[in-house]
Amino acid sequence: MLDAQTLSMIGKGIIETLYMVIVSTACAYAIGLPIGLILVITDKNGIRPCPIISKVLGFIVNLLRSVPFVILMISVTPLTRKIVGTTLGTSATIVPLVIASAPYIARLVESSIKEVDAGIIEAARAMGTGTFRLIYKVLLPEAKPSLMVGGAIAITTILGYSAMSGFIGGGGLGDIAVRYGYYRSESDILIVTVAVLIIIVQGFQELGMRLAKRSDKRS
Amino acid sequence: MDINEPIISLRGVTKVFNTKESEVDALIDIDLDIYQGEIYGIIGQSGAGKSTLVRCINFLERPTKGSVIFDGQNLGNLSLKELLKVRQSIGMIFQQFNLLMQRTVLRNICYPLEIAGVPKKEAKQRAVELLEMVGLTDKINAYPSQLSGGQKQRVAIARAIATKPKVLLCDEATSALDPMTTRSILELLKDINQRFGITIVIITHEMDVIETICDKVAILENGRIVERGKVEDVFVNPKSNAGKRLVFKSDEQFSEFGSEKVYRIVFNGQSAFEPIISNMVAKFKAPVNILFANTKNIGGKAFGQMLIQLPEDRIITMQMLGYLEERAVRYEEVTQDA
Repeated sequence: MLDAQTLSMIGKGIIETLYMVIVSTACAYAIGLPIGLILVITDKNGIRPCPIISKVLGFIVNLLRSVPFVILMISVTPLTRKIVGTTLGTSATIVPLVIASAPYIARLVESSIKEVDAGIIEAARAMGTGTFRLIYKVLLPEAKPSLMVGGAIAITTILGYSAMSGFIGGGGLGDIAVRYGYYRSESDILIVTVAVLIIIVQGFQELGMRLAKRSDKRS
Repeated sequence: MDINEPIISLRGVTKVFNTKESEVDALIDIDLDIYQGEIYGIIGQSGAGKSTLVRCINFLERPTKGSVIFDGQNLGNLSLKELLKVRQSIGMIFQQFNLLMQRTVLRNICYPLEIAGVPKKEAKQRAVELLEMVGLTDKINAYPSQLSGGQKQRVAIARAIATKPKVLLCDEATSALDPMTTRSILELLKDINQRFGITIVIITHEMDVIETICDKVAILENGRIVERGKVEDVFVNPKSNAGKRLVFKSDEQFSEFGSEKVYRIVFNGQSAFEPIISNMVAKFKAPVNILFANTKNIGGKAFGQMLIQLPEDRIITMQMLGYLEERAVRYEEVTQDA
């Protein structure tokens, strides 16, 4: 049954999961957002076309995205050890989570930015806007609602990845589900963790969508 | 700068677009001089190269060959930074308005001022003034999606002239608007031209727009300027085939009217807005068939054109033409091959 000890374990799992997901998402955006922007800007129809950069970067992004997360997670363990000092626990999980999700986020950002009306970009250029200002005064604000929807998708995907890290001792709800639900067949704990995960996913999704809708002045 | 120097001068401007399959010559060897304070119309059918031409003026499109001199500076020799600075003195408005959708009306107008480094408070004050000028003070905190097309274009105009540019480029600025709104936007542009002396370059496919506000016109066809001059001259006596097509928009319809001679009479502001035709009919007691009329009264002067069919009697016809001449109304016989 679900005694106090189990509940406190699940509570700790929730906090660990949120920690992993939020820190990973933040780090992954720190890498993925600039890459996404560079992909758009250096595209052959972009503001500063540079096919070499765009092709090389696009290739790396595709390469990383085509490695399944479980395999990526295992293959980056040497790197994880170098950065975090260990390969176990929540902090160690953040490394593969960031590596796996940054390219995904780069593509999400790329597609959001590409939605910005070319006419608006042209008008901004006609007013003498340079590349850097174009990015933070036009592209990012105009794409904000779409970027927020992308953010909700990214965070729920990262949550899914974080649960997988349970198999290599990653901590969090996934870890609990693997240890108790899978190895010990304690199905009530499994059900509770799944339910909590669903609630968290729904929460992030709903929050992201609402923020996106509220920030969108187009309708 | 010498007043007799054009503010915009294009020399041998050629633009070639390379597509996968072929090369497209969008502009071929364009020479064009536009002087301070003019309203210069560039007209042509879609695909004639108008939009490319206007984008060469502010170097949104870099010409493949030729030079663009703006206010004494050869744009091709400027660094990117210098070019961005020059663009701040060239305003531009568009068919689709291109307002920042996530900014309020006020912040849209502040945008070019931000780019030009104007302090926030000053920028806001200027934006408020401009909003007043375009008559949208009550929409100051509205978002573009809450505005009608005409209102959006007014905001776009306010934004385009916020940095007090020397030139305003209008790329099909009224093509997405209904005729009434078009007229009010054109009046606003005329007003801006007269009040601030801003040179205006208008790209359009509508002859009406040219007739209403332009001083000079260039007709663009397949990437070349085929005819240019003062609007009244081109309008009265178009020489090129493209010019004739634009001026006699609907001449095909007239072939069905018998063998009588058809004359086109043109009102170019020289004659008063008086009922010339009915006076003429009353005087000669002979019928005149009006086939087409498109005239307007601008400031008490008549503008526009009419196609009339005069009686078969040669003598009366001659007398009528003499009557028109006396009243400084220009006319010409319409030939069917035009």
